Amino acid sequence: MLREITIGQYYPVESVIHRLDPRVKILGTIGYLISLFVIKGYLGFIFAALFLGVVTKLSGVPVSYMVRGLRAIVVLVAITAVFNLFFVPGETLFTVFGIRATREGLVMAVLMTVRMVLLILGTSLMTFTTTPGNLTDGLERLMRPLEHIKVPVADIAMMMSIALRFIPILQEETVKIMKAQTARGADFDSGGLIKKVKGLVPLLVPLFVSAFRRADDLALAMEARCYSGAVRRTKMEPLVFDRVDYAGLAIMAVYLAAAIALP
Amino acid sequence: MEHMIETKDVSFEYRQYDDNGNVETVRRAVDHVDLYVKPGQFIAILGHNGSGKSTLAKHLNAILLPTEGTVWIDGKDTADQRKLLEIRRTTGMVFQNPDNQIIGSQVGEDVAFGPENLGRESSWIRRKVEESLRAVGMEKYRNKSPNHLSGGQKQRVAIAGTVAMGSRCIVLDEPTAMLDPVGRREVLDIAHRLNREDHTTVILITHYMEEVIDADYIYVMDHGAIAMEGTPREIFSRVERLQQLRLDVPQVTILAHLLKKAGLDIPDGILRPEELVDRLEELKKG
Repeated sequence: MLREITIGQYYPVESVIHRLDPRVKILGTIGYLISLFVIKGYLGFIFAALFLGVVTKLSGVPVSYMVRGLRAIVVLVAITAVFNLFFVPGETLFTVFGIRATREGLVMAVLMTVRMVLLILGTSLMTFTTTPGNLTDGLERLMRPLEHIKVPVADIAMMMSIALRFIPILQEETVKIMKAQTARGADFDSGGLIKKVKGLVPLLVPLFVSAFRRADDLALAMEARCYSGAVRRTKMEPLVFDRVDYAGLAIMAVYLAAAIALP
Repeated sequence: MEHMIETKDVSFEYRQYDDNGNVETVRRAVDHVDLYVKPGQFIAILGHNGSGKSTLAKHLNAILLPTEGTVWIDGKDTADQRKLLEIRRTTGMVFQNPDNQIIGSQVGEDVAFGPENLGRESSWIRRKVEESLRAVGMEKYRNKSPNHLSGGQKQRVAIAGTVAMGSRCIVLDEPTAMLDPVGRREVLDIAHRLNREDHTTVILITHYMEEVIDADYIYVMDHGAIAMEGTPREIFSRVERLQQLRLDVPQVTILAHLLKKAGLDIPDGILRPEELVDRLEELKKG
């Protein structure tokens, strides 16, 4: 159950997109998100979808793998579409139980759905092609100006990378505790919502205790390895911006301009 | 010769405070310990659970400071704040739980953690990472996620992490307690190899007696104090005392001891089965 989440999982293949500097990918993703919200008509969305298609093709991530990530948002998309269809005022298309569906609503519903799907696909493409370590490095470098206003950027980045490192370990531990508690008669599957939530207590308490113990151990290990704040650290693989990265940024800029210009 | 590690009359107390900040209970975990380690030695510290050996270990790179007494690492007092990083760089530590000491999400990245903290340039760090992964035989796993490694492999990565910092002394705090027999063998082999080939000083803290038979010198701890010390042969020849200290004496040592008590002419402190077999065959012939 816990292993099927594909959003945000790195897909290890060799490609231009994988090799791009994480800063380009982060900025590119932000640019893409902006484009999705400024685009007005069908033409713009077709253009945005095409662009994403080309980038996906370049990245070597299989489309089926990308689409799997969409399952998580199907319900959300459906609800949004229905709301738009029925509650946007305009010319009546048909009536269900006295509620009017409108032509304008239908247009909105379609556009909204396309927008949300592209939004999820666009962001997940970034996480599919960037290792968590690279992603935090990129974020750290992009946020570095914030250090002037006393934001501990380096420490935040260190916390993020440790959190990412421990996600699979804690997942494994959760499964282990679930099995152990099931063997002792705990029931995680049956009953109503309240009973299920209550059932989580014997899972969460040991999980938290163990997480704190791990944090303690880890802090000790970090200190033993000369860690004294993230600020003075150097990097084994510092990020370097090369020609491909500048080209990537330029392409993103052109795309964004075109998306805004399209009717 | 200058000592790599020297502790003089070191004691450490855990204090528990009540709500008003008054000392409620005091537990003495380390009790007047004198320890001398020369560069290049392989030292073992034996003790059952709660004997204070892990607390002592944490004094060896200034994670804990002694309540009384002094610890010198390569001639530097651990209480000296200005020398802190130098001391921690000199003695690397490997802890019991392999998962809780790996920081990087890739093996190479994790080994680089220590050198990165030292603020050195990238090319130096890369070279060190490469070298130390080779030293523990993990160079093929450089880009792998640590989550897919076995326990023994994780501990080898942790050892590489200390080697990469340039540690001349490695303190292994029960490194094998959570490993299977294969993993235990791997970790011990690497520790011995580093000791032999690179003259790294090794302090092995453990409660498995089988792991210490190749050590140069053994300290046995009980109730925070040094209860026995000597070469493996000296230590292993005092079977009753060891059992009193709640240590699992290897079967062959016990057998030899019982045979000797029954009147056979067998020397004290048998460490390996082959030794006993050889001696028994000699007796049969003679």
